Amino acid sequence: MAGKKKNNDMAEGMEVSKTASIIMTIVFIILAVVFLFPIVLVLLNSFKSKLYISELPFAFPNGETFVGLSNYIDGLAKTGFFKAALNSAIITVLSVILIVVLTSMTAWWLTRVKSKFSSVLYYLFVFAMIVPFQMVMFTLSKVTDMLNLGNPIGIVIVYVGFGAGQAVFMFAGFVKSIPISLEEAAMLDGCTPIQTFFLVVFPILKPTAITVSILNAMWVWNDYLLPLLVLKSDYQTIPIAVQYLKGGYGSVDMGAMMGMLVLAIVPIVTVYLLCQKHIIKGVAAGAVKG
Amino acid sequence: MQKAYKKYFAVFVLPTLLAFTVFFIIPFIMGIVLSFCKFTTVTNARFVGFSNYIRAFSNADFINALGFTTKFTIVSVITINIIAFAIAYGLTRGIKGTNFFRTTFFMPNLIGGIVLGYIWQLMINAVLANFDVTITSDAKYGFWGLVILMNWQLIGYMMIIYIAAIQNIPGELIEAAKIDGATKTQTMFKVIIPMAMPSITICLFLSLTNAFKLFDQNLALTAGAPSRKTAGLALDIYTTFYNRNGWEGVGQAKAVVFFIIVGIVSMLQLYITRKKEVEE
Repeated sequence: MAGKKKNNDMAEGMEVSKTASIIMTIVFIILAVVFLFPIVLVLLNSFKSKLYISELPFAFPNGETFVGLSNYIDGLAKTGFFKAALNSAIITVLSVILIVVLTSMTAWWLTRVKSKFSSVLYYLFVFAMIVPFQMVMFTLSKVTDMLNLGNPIGIVIVYVGFGAGQAVFMFAGFVKSIPISLEEAAMLDGCTPIQTFFLVVFPILKPTAITVSILNAMWVWNDYLLPLLVLKSDYQTIPIAVQYLKGGYGSVDMGAMMGMLVLAIVPIVTVYLLCQKHIIKGVAAGAVKG
Repeated sequence: MQKAYKKYFAVFVLPTLLAFTVFFIIPFIMGIVLSFCKFTTVTNARFVGFSNYIRAFSNADFINALGFTTKFTIVSVITINIIAFAIAYGLTRGIKGTNFFRTTFFMPNLIGGIVLGYIWQLMINAVLANFDVTITSDAKYGFWGLVILMNWQLIGYMMIIYIAAIQNIPGELIEAAKIDGATKTQTMFKVIIPMAMPSITICLFLSLTNAFKLFDQNLALTAGAPSRKTAGLALDIYTTFYNRNGWEGVGQAKAVVFFIIVGIVSMLQLYITRKKEVEE
Protein backbone atom coordinates (compact mmCIF):
# COMPACT_ATOMS: atom_id res chain seq x y z
CA MET A 1 0.00 0.00 0.00
CA ALA A 2 2.76 2.38 0.97
CA GLY A 3 4.49 1.83 -2.36
CA LYS A 4 1.35 2.65 -4.30
CA LYS A 5 0.84 5.89 -2.40
CA LYS A 6 4.36 6.95 -3.25
CA ASN A 7 3.88 6.32 -6.96
CA ASN A 8 0.79 8.50 -7.03
CA ASP A 9 2.63 11.33 -5.34
CA MET A 10 5.37 10.96 -7.89
CA ALA A 11 2.99 11.16 -10.83
CA GLU A 12 1.42 14.30 -9.43
CA GLY A 13 4.73 15.96 -8.75
CA MET A 14 6.18 15.25 -12.16
CA GLU A 15 3.39 15.30 -14.69
CA VAL A 16 4.15 17.05 -17.96
CA SER A 17 2.04 19.36 -20.10
CA LYS A 18 -0.17 18.00 -22.88
CA THR A 19 2.09 19.08 -25.75
CA ALA A 20 5.17 17.67 -24.04
CA SER A 21 3.33 14.41 -23.47
CA ILE A 22 2.36 14.15 -27.16
CA ILE A 23 5.94 14.87 -28.29
CA MET A 24 7.27 12.27 -25.84
CA THR A 25 4.78 9.69 -27.03
CA ILE A 26 5.88 10.25 -30.63
CA VAL A 27 9.55 9.94 -29.66
CA PHE A 28 8.84 6.69 -27.81
CA ILE A 29 6.86 5.29 -30.75
CA ILE A 30 9.82 5.97 -33.04
CA LEU A 31 12.16 4.40 -30.50
CA ALA A 32 9.91 1.33 -30.21
CA VAL A 33 9.99 0.94 -34.00
CA VAL A 34 13.80 1.17 -33.91
CA PHE A 35 13.89 -1.47 -31.17
CA LEU A 36 11.62 -3.89 -33.00
CA PHE A 37 13.05 -3.28 -36.46
CA PRO A 38 15.96 -5.79 -36.35
CA ILE A 39 13.61 -8.60 -35.36
CA VAL A 40 11.10 -7.68 -38.06
CA LEU A 41 13.96 -7.55 -40.58
CA VAL A 42 15.00 -11.10 -39.68
CA LEU A 43 11.39 -12.27 -40.02
CA LEU A 44 11.01 -10.62 -43.45
CA ASN A 45 14.26 -12.04 -44.76
CA SER A 46 13.47 -15.52 -43.51
CA PHE A 47 10.97 -15.74 -46.40
CA LYS A 48 13.37 -14.51 -49.09
CA SER A 49 15.85 -16.53 -51.09
CA LYS A 50 19.50 -16.42 -49.96
CA LEU A 51 20.66 -14.25 -52.81
CA TYR A 52 18.19 -11.47 -52.07
CA ILE A 53 18.94 -11.40 -48.36
CA SER A 54 22.33 -9.87 -49.02
CA GLU A 55 21.28 -7.94 -52.12
CA LEU A 56 17.95 -6.41 -51.13
CA PRO A 57 17.83 -6.82 -47.35
CA PHE A 58 15.24 -4.11 -46.73
CA ALA A 59 12.82 -5.13 -49.50
CA PHE A 60 9.58 -6.91 -48.72
CA PRO A 61 9.47 -10.44 -50.09
CA ASN A 62 7.70 -10.36 -53.48
CA GLY A 63 6.83 -12.83 -56.25
CA GLU A 64 10.44 -13.09 -57.33
CA THR A 65 12.19 -13.22 -53.98
CA PHE A 66 9.61 -15.11 -51.89
CA VAL A 67 10.62 -18.70 -51.21
CA GLY A 68 7.94 -19.79 -48.76
CA LEU A 69 9.24 -21.97 -45.96
CA SER A 70 12.25 -23.33 -47.80
CA ASN A 71 14.73 -21.44 -45.56
CA TYR A 72 13.13 -23.05 -42.55
CA ILE A 73 13.19 -26.51 -44.14
CA ASP A 74 16.85 -25.98 -45.10
CA GLY A 75 17.82 -24.84 -41.66
CA LEU A 76 16.00 -27.68 -39.94
CA ALA A 77 17.70 -30.21 -42.22
CA LYS A 78 21.13 -28.71 -41.54
CA THR A 79 20.90 -28.35 -37.77
CA GLY A 80 18.38 -30.75 -36.28
CA PHE A 81 16.89 -27.71 -34.61
CA PHE A 82 13.95 -29.45 -32.95
CA LYS A 83 16.20 -31.97 -31.25
CA ALA A 84 18.35 -29.06 -30.06
CA ALA A 85 15.26 -27.26 -28.77
CA LEU A 86 14.21 -30.36 -26.87
CA ASN A 87 17.69 -30.62 -25.32
CA SER A 88 17.60 -26.93 -24.39
CA ALA A 89 14.21 -27.40 -22.75
CA ILE A 90 15.22 -30.52 -20.78
CA ILE A 91 18.49 -29.01 -19.61
CA THR A 92 16.89 -25.69 -18.64
CA VAL A 93 13.94 -27.15 -16.73
CA LEU A 94 15.97 -29.75 -14.82
CA SER A 95 18.78 -27.32 -14.00
CA VAL A 96 16.42 -24.65 -12.70
CA ILE A 97 14.49 -27.10 -10.50
CA LEU A 98 17.65 -28.63 -9.07
CA ILE A 99 19.34 -25.27 -8.52
CA VAL A 100 16.32 -23.82 -6.72
CA VAL A 101 15.73 -26.82 -4.44
CA LEU A 102 19.36 -27.63 -3.61
CA THR A 103 20.72 -24.11 -3.19
CA SER A 104 17.78 -22.88 -1.11
CA MET A 105 18.39 -25.80 1.27
CA THR A 106 22.09 -25.02 1.38
CA ALA A 107 21.55 -21.29 1.91
CA TRP A 108 19.14 -21.96 4.77
CA TRP A 109 21.52 -24.36 6.53
CA LEU A 110 24.49 -22.03 6.09
CA THR A 111 22.52 -19.12 7.53
CA ARG A 112 21.04 -21.01 10.50
CA VAL A 113 24.08 -23.02 11.56
CA LYS A 114 26.63 -20.49 12.70
CA SER A 115 30.15 -21.86 12.61
CA LYS A 116 33.49 -21.09 11.07
CA PHE A 117 32.89 -23.79 8.49
CA SER A 118 29.55 -22.38 7.35
CA SER A 119 30.86 -18.86 6.96
CA VAL A 120 33.92 -20.01 5.02
CA LEU A 121 31.66 -21.99 2.73
CA TYR A 122 29.33 -19.03 2.28
CA TYR A 123 32.18 -16.78 1.21
CA LEU A 124 33.42 -19.45 -1.20
CA PHE A 125 30.01 -19.34 -2.88
CA VAL A 126 30.13 -15.54 -3.02
CA PHE A 127 33.63 -15.73 -4.47
CA ALA A 128 32.44 -18.06 -7.23
CA MET A 129 30.07 -15.36 -8.47
CA ILE A 130 32.89 -13.12 -9.65
CA VAL A 131 34.95 -15.76 -11.46
CA PRO A 132 34.49 -15.46 -15.24
CA PHE A 133 33.78 -18.68 -17.10
CA GLN A 134 36.96 -18.47 -19.21
CA MET A 135 38.97 -19.02 -16.03
CA VAL A 136 37.70 -22.57 -15.61
CA MET A 137 36.42 -23.51 -19.07
CA PHE A 138 39.34 -25.68 -20.11
CA THR A 139 39.77 -27.56 -16.84
CA LEU A 140 36.00 -27.90 -16.34
CA SER A 141 35.59 -29.54 -19.74
CA LYS A 142 38.40 -31.98 -18.86
CA VAL A 143 36.69 -32.87 -15.57
CA THR A 144 33.32 -33.47 -17.22
CA ASP A 145 35.01 -35.55 -19.92
CA MET A 146 36.64 -37.72 -17.29
CA LEU A 147 33.34 -38.17 -15.44
CA ASN A 148 31.50 -38.88 -18.70
CA LEU A 149 28.92 -36.16 -18.12
CA GLY A 150 28.70 -34.90 -21.69
CA ASN A 151 24.96 -35.54 -22.05
CA PRO A 152 21.82 -33.49 -21.29
CA ILE A 153 21.42 -35.08 -17.85
CA GLY A 154 25.07 -34.87 -16.82
CA ILE A 155 25.34 -31.19 -17.72
CA VAL A 156 22.52 -30.43 -15.27
CA ILE A 157 24.83 -31.31 -12.36
CA VAL A 158 27.48 -29.04 -13.86
CA TYR A 159 24.96 -26.19 -13.89
CA VAL A 160 24.14 -26.85 -10.22
CA GLY A 161 27.81 -26.56 -9.32
CA PHE A 162 28.39 -23.51 -11.47
CA GLY A 163 25.14 -21.72 -10.65
CA ALA A 164 25.37 -22.43 -6.91
CA GLY A 165 27.32 -19.26 -6.06
CA GLN A 166 24.78 -16.68 -7.10
CA ALA A 167 21.74 -18.75 -6.06
CA VAL A 168 23.08 -19.45 -2.55
CA PHE A 169 23.95 -15.78 -2.19
CA MET A 170 20.45 -14.64 -3.14
CA PHE A 171 18.63 -17.19 -0.97
CA ALA A 172 20.86 -16.51 2.00
CA GLY A 173 20.09 -12.80 1.76
CA PHE A 174 16.40 -13.57 2.12
CA VAL A 175 16.68 -16.27 4.79
CA LYS A 176 18.37 -13.74 7.07
CA SER A 177 15.14 -11.70 7.13
CA ILE A 178 12.91 -14.64 8.16
CA PRO A 179 12.21 -14.68 11.94
CA ILE A 180 13.57 -17.86 13.49
CA SER A 181 10.55 -18.14 15.83
CA LEU A 182 8.48 -19.70 13.02
CA GLU A 183 10.96 -22.53 12.72
CA GLU A 184 11.19 -22.95 16.48
CA ALA A 185 7.41 -23.36 16.64
CA ALA A 186 7.51 -25.95 13.89
CA MET A 187 10.26 -27.88 15.70
CA LEU A 188 8.27 -27.81 18.95
CA ASP A 189 5.34 -29.27 17.03
CA GLY A 190 7.60 -32.19 16.23
CA CYS A 191 8.74 -31.33 12.71
CA THR A 192 12.11 -32.66 11.58
CA PRO A 193 14.46 -30.07 10.03
CA ILE A 194 13.54 -31.40 6.59
CA GLN A 195 9.82 -30.93 7.26
CA THR A 196 10.47 -27.55 8.80
CA PHE A 197 12.32 -26.42 5.72
CA PHE A 198 9.85 -27.64 3.12
CA LEU A 199 6.63 -26.87 5.01
CA VAL A 200 7.56 -23.61 6.75
CA VAL A 201 10.63 -21.99 5.22
CA PHE A 202 10.39 -22.81 1.53
CA PRO A 203 6.90 -21.29 1.06
CA ILE A 204 8.23 -18.02 2.52
CA LEU A 205 11.17 -18.14 0.10
CA LYS A 206 8.84 -18.19 -2.90
CA PRO A 207 9.56 -14.65 -4.23
CA THR A 208 13.30 -15.30 -4.18
CA ALA A 209 12.73 -18.74 -5.70
CA ILE A 210 10.92 -17.09 -8.62
CA THR A 211 13.74 -14.58 -9.11
CA VAL A 212 16.40 -17.32 -8.96
CA SER A 213 14.40 -19.46 -11.41
CA ILE A 214 14.03 -16.65 -13.95
CA LEU A 215 17.68 -15.60 -13.80
CA ASN A 216 18.91 -19.18 -14.10
CA ALA A 217 16.43 -20.08 -16.85
CA MET A 218 17.67 -17.12 -18.90
CA TRP A 219 21.26 -18.07 -18.29
CA VAL A 220 20.98 -21.80 -19.04
CA TRP A 221 18.63 -21.41 -22.02
CA ASN A 222 20.90 -18.87 -23.74
CA ASP A 223 24.23 -20.33 -22.67
CA TYR A 224 26.53 -21.23 -25.54
CA LEU A 225 30.06 -21.91 -24.37
CA LEU A 226 29.50 -24.24 -21.41
CA PRO A 227 27.29 -26.73 -23.31
CA LEU A 228 29.57 -26.48 -26.35
CA LEU A 229 32.57 -27.55 -24.26
CA VAL A 230 30.79 -30.04 -21.99
CA LEU A 231 28.30 -31.82 -24.26
CA LYS A 232 29.44 -34.57 -26.63
CA SER A 233 29.15 -33.34 -30.22
CA ASP A 234 26.00 -35.37 -30.94
CA TYR A 235 24.05 -33.24 -28.46
CA GLN A 236 23.19 -29.68 -29.40
CA THR A 237 21.30 -26.86 -27.72
CA ILE A 238 19.63 -23.98 -29.60
CA PRO A 239 22.59 -21.55 -29.44
CA ILE A 240 24.96 -24.33 -30.56
CA ALA A 241 22.64 -25.25 -33.45
CA VAL A 242 22.51 -21.61 -34.59
CA GLN A 243 26.28 -21.15 -34.40
CA TYR A 244 26.71 -24.51 -36.18
CA LEU A 245 25.24 -22.91 -39.34
CA LYS A 246 28.42 -20.92 -39.68
CA GLY A 247 30.70 -23.09 -41.78
CA GLY A 248 34.33 -23.82 -41.05
CA TYR A 249 35.54 -21.03 -43.35
CA GLY A 250 33.27 -18.36 -41.97
CA SER A 251 30.63 -18.72 -44.68
CA VAL A 252 27.05 -18.58 -43.48
CA ASP A 253 23.96 -19.81 -45.31
CA MET A 254 21.97 -16.66 -44.57
CA GLY A 255 18.67 -18.19 -45.70
CA ALA A 256 18.82 -21.08 -43.27
CA MET A 257 20.22 -18.73 -40.64
CA MET A 258 17.21 -16.37 -40.86
CA GLY A 259 14.80 -19.27 -40.46
CA MET A 260 16.62 -20.61 -37.41
CA LEU A 261 16.88 -17.17 -35.83
CA VAL A 262 13.10 -16.81 -36.06
CA LEU A 263 12.61 -20.27 -34.54
CA ALA A 264 15.06 -19.39 -31.75
CA ILE A 265 13.30 -16.11 -30.94
CA VAL A 266 9.69 -17.38 -30.98
CA PRO A 267 9.77 -19.42 -27.74
CA ILE A 268 11.52 -16.61 -25.81
CA VAL A 269 9.09 -13.93 -26.96
CA THR A 270 6.11 -16.20 -26.24
CA VAL A 271 7.22 -16.93 -22.68
CA TYR A 272 8.05 -13.25 -22.19
CA LEU A 273 4.64 -12.02 -23.30
CA LEU A 274 2.90 -14.64 -21.13
CA CYS A 275 4.70 -13.81 -17.89
CA GLN A 276 6.40 -10.48 -18.44
CA LYS A 277 5.37 -9.15 -15.05
CA HIS A 278 7.22 -11.93 -13.21
CA ILE A 279 10.20 -11.71 -15.56
CA ILE A 280 10.65 -7.95 -15.29
CA LYS A 281 10.20 -8.02 -11.52
CA GLY A 282 12.52 -10.99 -11.12
CA VAL A 283 15.27 -9.50 -13.23
CA ALA A 284 15.06 -6.17 -11.41
CA ALA A 285 15.14 -7.88 -7.98
CA GLY A 286 18.06 -10.05 -9.09
CA ALA A 287 20.04 -7.02 -10.23
CA VAL A 288 19.59 -5.18 -6.98
CA LYS A 289 20.58 -8.17 -4.84
CA GLY A 290 23.21 -9.67 -7.12
CA MET B 1 18.11 -25.84 17.40
CA GLN B 2 21.47 -25.38 15.75
CA LYS B 3 22.45 -28.79 16.99
CA ALA B 4 19.38 -30.41 15.46
CA TYR B 5 20.10 -28.71 12.13
CA LYS B 6 23.78 -29.53 12.22
CA LYS B 7 23.13 -33.27 11.89
CA TYR B 8 21.38 -32.65 8.58
CA PHE B 9 24.48 -31.32 6.84
CA ALA B 10 24.50 -34.29 4.45
CA VAL B 11 20.94 -33.55 3.32
CA PHE B 12 21.04 -29.77 3.05
CA VAL B 13 24.57 -28.94 2.02
CA LEU B 14 26.40 -31.98 0.70
CA PRO B 15 24.71 -32.28 -2.76
CA THR B 16 25.36 -28.62 -3.61
CA LEU B 17 28.82 -28.73 -2.08
CA LEU B 18 29.80 -31.82 -4.10
CA ALA B 19 28.69 -30.27 -7.40
CA PHE B 20 30.31 -26.98 -6.43
CA THR B 21 33.61 -28.65 -5.50
CA VAL B 22 33.85 -30.87 -8.57
CA PHE B 23 32.73 -28.29 -11.16
CA PHE B 24 34.01 -25.09 -9.67
CA ILE B 25 36.64 -25.37 -6.94
CA ILE B 26 38.72 -28.14 -8.52
CA PRO B 27 38.69 -26.63 -12.05
CA PHE B 28 39.53 -23.25 -10.54
CA ILE B 29 42.56 -24.53 -8.62
CA MET B 30 43.68 -26.62 -11.59
CA GLY B 31 43.34 -23.50 -13.73
CA ILE B 32 45.69 -21.53 -11.50
CA VAL B 33 48.24 -24.36 -11.41
CA LEU B 34 48.07 -24.94 -15.18
CA SER B 35 48.74 -21.29 -15.91
CA PHE B 36 52.30 -22.01 -14.71
CA CYS B 37 52.62 -25.15 -16.84
CA LYS B 38 53.07 -26.23 -20.42
CA PHE B 39 50.39 -28.75 -21.39
CA THR B 40 48.05 -30.01 -24.07
CA THR B 41 45.89 -32.09 -21.74
CA VAL B 42 45.71 -32.01 -17.97
CA THR B 43 47.87 -35.13 -17.59
CA ASN B 44 51.01 -33.98 -19.42
CA ALA B 45 51.52 -30.68 -17.60
CA ARG B 46 55.09 -29.56 -16.93
CA PHE B 47 56.02 -26.59 -14.70
CA VAL B 48 57.39 -23.60 -16.63
CA GLY B 49 57.17 -20.73 -14.15
CA PHE B 50 55.94 -17.39 -15.40
CA SER B 51 56.76 -18.00 -19.06
CA ASN B 52 53.07 -18.31 -20.03
CA TYR B 53 52.38 -14.89 -18.55
CA ILE B 54 55.36 -13.39 -20.34
CA ARG B 55 54.19 -14.90 -23.61
CA ALA B 56 50.66 -13.64 -22.97
CA PHE B 57 51.76 -10.06 -22.47
CA SER B 58 54.09 -10.12 -25.46
CA ASN B 59 51.25 -11.46 -27.63
CA ALA B 60 49.94 -8.68 -29.91
CA ASP B 61 46.46 -10.22 -30.09
CA PHE B 62 46.12 -10.15 -26.30
CA ILE B 63 47.22 -6.53 -26.02
CA ASN B 64 44.87 -5.61 -28.84
CA ALA B 65 42.00 -7.50 -27.15
CA LEU B 66 42.73 -5.73 -23.88
CA GLY B 67 42.49 -2.38 -25.64
CA PHE B 68 39.40 -3.40 -27.60
CA THR B 69 37.55 -4.61 -24.50
CA THR B 70 38.51 -1.52 -22.49
CA LYS B 71 37.42 0.89 -25.22
CA PHE B 72 34.27 -1.08 -25.91
CA THR B 73 33.39 -1.22 -22.21
CA ILE B 74 33.85 2.51 -21.63
CA VAL B 75 31.85 3.55 -24.69
CA SER B 76 28.99 1.13 -24.10
CA VAL B 77 28.70 1.73 -20.35
CA ILE B 78 28.35 5.49 -20.94
CA THR B 79 25.88 5.26 -23.84
CA ILE B 80 23.78 2.51 -22.28
CA ASN B 81 23.34 4.29 -18.97
CA ILE B 82 22.60 7.74 -20.38
CA ILE B 83 20.02 6.43 -22.85
CA ALA B 84 18.46 4.04 -20.31
CA PHE B 85 18.16 6.78 -17.70
CA ALA B 86 16.60 9.19 -20.21
CA ILE B 87 14.06 6.56 -21.28
CA ALA B 88 13.27 5.68 -17.66
CA TYR B 89 12.72 9.36 -16.88
CA GLY B 90 10.39 9.72 -19.85
CA LEU B 91 8.45 6.61 -18.95
CA THR B 92 7.75 7.84 -15.40
CA ARG B 93 5.98 10.99 -16.70
CA GLY B 94 2.60 9.26 -16.78
CA ILE B 95 2.23 9.21 -20.58
CA LYS B 96 -0.06 6.71 -22.33
CA GLY B 97 1.34 3.40 -23.49
CA THR B 98 4.06 3.31 -20.83
CA ASN B 99 3.58 -0.42 -20.31
CA PHE B 100 3.84 -1.21 -24.00
CA PHE B 101 7.06 0.78 -24.34
CA ARG B 102 8.57 -0.84 -21.25
CA THR B 103 7.76 -4.31 -22.57
CA THR B 104 9.24 -3.51 -25.98
CA PHE B 105 12.48 -1.98 -24.74
CA PHE B 106 13.16 -4.83 -22.33
CA MET B 107 12.57 -7.67 -24.81
CA PRO B 108 16.03 -7.83 -26.46
CA ASN B 109 17.53 -8.57 -23.05
CA LEU B 110 16.00 -12.05 -23.05
CA ILE B 111 17.44 -13.11 -26.40
CA GLY B 112 20.68 -15.06 -26.18
CA GLY B 113 24.01 -13.58 -27.30
CA ILE B 114 24.58 -15.88 -30.29
CA VAL B 115 21.14 -15.11 -31.73
CA LEU B 116 21.60 -11.38 -31.02
CA GLY B 117 24.91 -11.42 -32.85
CA TYR B 118 23.44 -12.83 -36.04
CA ILE B 119 20.39 -10.54 -35.91
CA TRP B 120 22.73 -7.55 -35.88
CA GLN B 121 25.06 -9.02 -38.44
CA LEU B 122 22.12 -9.02 -40.86
CA MET B 123 21.04 -5.56 -39.80
CA ILE B 124 24.48 -3.92 -40.02
CA ASN B 125 25.45 -5.63 -43.26
CA ALA B 126 22.11 -4.51 -44.74
CA VAL B 127 22.97 -0.90 -43.96
CA LEU B 128 26.65 -1.17 -44.96
CA ALA B 129 25.68 -2.80 -48.29
CA ASN B 130 24.79 0.71 -49.48
CA PHE B 131 28.47 1.59 -49.20
CA ASP B 132 29.71 -1.69 -50.69
CA VAL B 133 31.37 -2.87 -47.48
CA THR B 134 30.54 -5.50 -44.84
CA ILE B 135 30.95 -5.53 -41.08
CA THR B 136 34.25 -7.36 -41.40
CA SER B 137 35.78 -4.90 -43.90
CA ASP B 138 37.16 -2.67 -41.17
CA ALA B 139 37.60 -3.05 -37.41
CA LYS B 140 35.64 0.16 -36.75
CA TYR B 141 32.44 -1.36 -38.17
CA GLY B 142 32.77 -4.34 -35.85
CA PHE B 143 33.49 -2.11 -32.88
CA TRP B 144 30.53 0.22 -33.38
CA GLY B 145 28.33 -2.71 -34.40
CA LEU B 146 29.09 -4.36 -31.09
CA VAL B 147 28.42 -1.10 -29.21
CA ILE B 148 25.02 -0.73 -30.91
CA LEU B 149 24.19 -4.38 -30.21
CA MET B 150 25.12 -4.01 -26.56
CA ASN B 151 22.99 -0.88 -26.26
CA TRP B 152 20.06 -2.67 -27.83
CA GLN B 153 20.43 -5.56 -25.41
CA LEU B 154 21.08 -3.74 -22.14
CA ILE B 155 19.16 -0.46 -22.35
CA GLY B 156 15.88 -2.17 -21.45
CA TYR B 157 17.48 -3.95 -18.48
CA MET B 158 19.00 -0.78 -17.02
CA MET B 159 15.79 1.11 -17.79
CA ILE B 160 13.81 -1.26 -15.54
CA ILE B 161 16.16 -0.58 -12.61
CA TYR B 162 16.12 3.19 -13.23
CA ILE B 163 12.31 3.26 -13.44
CA ALA B 164 12.04 1.61 -10.03
CA ALA B 165 14.55 4.10 -8.61
CA ILE B 166 12.81 7.18 -10.03
CA GLN B 167 9.42 5.95 -8.85
CA ASN B 168 10.77 5.63 -5.34
CA ILE B 169 11.74 9.30 -5.08
CA PRO B 170 9.11 10.92 -2.85
CA GLY B 171 6.93 13.35 -4.83
CA GLU B 172 7.17 15.92 -2.03
CA LEU B 173 10.88 16.39 -2.76
CA ILE B 174 10.20 17.35 -6.37
CA GLU B 175 7.31 19.58 -5.27
CA ALA B 176 9.53 21.31 -2.73
CA ALA B 177 12.21 21.94 -5.36
CA LYS B 178 9.56 23.44 -7.67
CA ILE B 179 8.22 25.70 -4.93
CA ASP B 180 11.74 26.86 -4.17
CA GLY B 181 12.01 27.94 -7.79
CA ALA B 182 14.36 25.23 -9.09
CA THR B 183 14.51 24.89 -12.88
CA LYS B 184 13.95 21.51 -14.55
CA THR B 185 17.69 21.05 -15.06
CA GLN B 186 18.38 21.91 -11.43
CA THR B 187 15.71 19.45 -10.26
CA MET B 188 17.26 16.77 -12.44
CA PHE B 189 20.86 17.26 -11.29
CA LYS B 190 20.26 18.34 -7.70
CA VAL B 191 17.34 16.10 -6.72
CA ILE B 192 16.54 13.24 -9.09
CA ILE B 193 20.06 12.04 -9.97
CA PRO B 194 21.41 12.18 -6.38
CA MET B 195 18.32 10.32 -5.14
CA ALA B 196 18.77 7.65 -7.84
CA MET B 197 22.51 7.27 -7.09
CA PRO B 198 22.38 3.77 -5.53
CA SER B 199 20.71 2.38 -8.65
CA ILE B 200 23.13 4.27 -10.88
CA THR B 201 26.00 2.51 -9.09
CA ILE B 202 24.30 -0.85 -9.60
CA CYS B 203 23.65 -0.20 -13.30
CA LEU B 204 27.17 1.07 -13.93
CA PHE B 205 28.68 -2.11 -12.53
CA LEU B 206 26.13 -4.39 -14.19
CA SER B 207 26.79 -2.91 -17.62
CA LEU B 208 30.51 -2.83 -16.90
CA THR B 209 30.84 -6.53 -16.04
CA ASN B 210 28.48 -7.48 -18.87
CA ALA B 211 30.48 -5.53 -21.43
CA PHE B 212 33.81 -6.70 -20.07
CA LYS B 213 32.91 -10.41 -20.09
CA LEU B 214 31.19 -10.26 -23.48
CA PHE B 215 31.73 -13.42 -25.52
CA ASP B 216 28.74 -14.84 -27.44
CA GLN B 217 27.81 -11.58 -29.16
CA ASN B 218 31.42 -11.00 -30.14
CA LEU B 219 31.75 -14.50 -31.58
CA ALA B 220 28.53 -14.30 -33.60
CA LEU B 221 28.84 -10.73 -34.86
CA THR B 222 32.42 -10.70 -36.19
CA ALA B 223 34.29 -13.60 -34.58
CA GLY B 224 37.18 -11.14 -34.30
CA ALA B 225 37.40 -10.37 -38.02
CA PRO B 226 39.20 -8.68 -39.69
CA SER B 227 42.38 -10.44 -38.52
CA ARG B 228 41.43 -10.62 -34.80
CA LYS B 229 41.15 -6.83 -34.57
CA THR B 230 37.61 -6.97 -33.15
CA ALA B 231 38.20 -9.79 -30.66
CA GLY B 232 37.56 -8.89 -27.02
CA LEU B 233 39.41 -10.53 -24.12
CA ALA B 234 37.00 -13.44 -23.64
CA LEU B 235 37.08 -14.30 -27.34
CA ASP B 236 40.86 -13.97 -27.50
CA ILE B 237 41.24 -16.40 -24.59
CA TYR B 238 38.94 -18.86 -26.31
CA THR B 239 40.84 -18.65 -29.61
CA THR B 240 44.18 -19.04 -27.85
CA PHE B 241 42.97 -22.25 -26.18
CA TYR B 242 41.18 -23.93 -29.02
CA ASN B 243 42.58 -22.57 -32.28
CA ARG B 244 46.31 -22.60 -31.58
CA ASN B 245 48.27 -25.75 -30.82
CA GLY B 246 50.79 -25.49 -28.02
CA TRP B 247 49.25 -22.28 -26.64
CA GLU B 248 47.00 -23.86 -23.99
CA GLY B 249 49.21 -22.62 -21.14
CA VAL B 250 49.22 -19.10 -22.54
CA GLY B 251 45.43 -19.25 -22.85
CA GLN B 252 45.16 -20.26 -19.21
CA ALA B 253 47.53 -17.45 -18.16
CA LYS B 254 45.41 -14.96 -20.12
CA ALA B 255 42.33 -16.36 -18.35
CA VAL B 256 43.93 -15.79 -14.93
CA VAL B 257 44.74 -12.19 -15.87
CA PHE B 258 41.14 -11.79 -17.07
CA PHE B 259 39.87 -13.20 -13.76
CA ILE B 260 42.06 -10.82 -11.76
CA ILE B 261 40.75 -7.77 -13.67
CA VAL B 262 37.11 -8.88 -13.26
CA GLY B 263 37.82 -9.67 -9.61
CA ILE B 264 39.21 -6.19 -8.90
CA VAL B 265 36.20 -4.54 -10.55
CA SER B 266 33.79 -6.72 -8.55
CA MET B 267 35.58 -6.02 -5.27
CA LEU B 268 35.36 -2.32 -6.02
CA GLN B 269 31.65 -2.71 -6.60
CA LEU B 270 31.17 -4.61 -3.34
CA TYR B 271 33.18 -1.98 -1.48
CA ILE B 272 31.24 0.95 -2.90
CA THR B 273 27.78 -0.59 -2.37
CA ARG B 274 28.70 -1.67 1.19
CA LYS B 275 29.89 1.85 1.99
CA LYS B 276 26.64 3.28 0.65
CA GLU B 277 24.61 0.91 2.84
CA VAL B 278 26.46 2.05 5.93
CA GLU B 279 25.92 5.70 5.11
CA GLU B 280 22.19 5.12 4.74
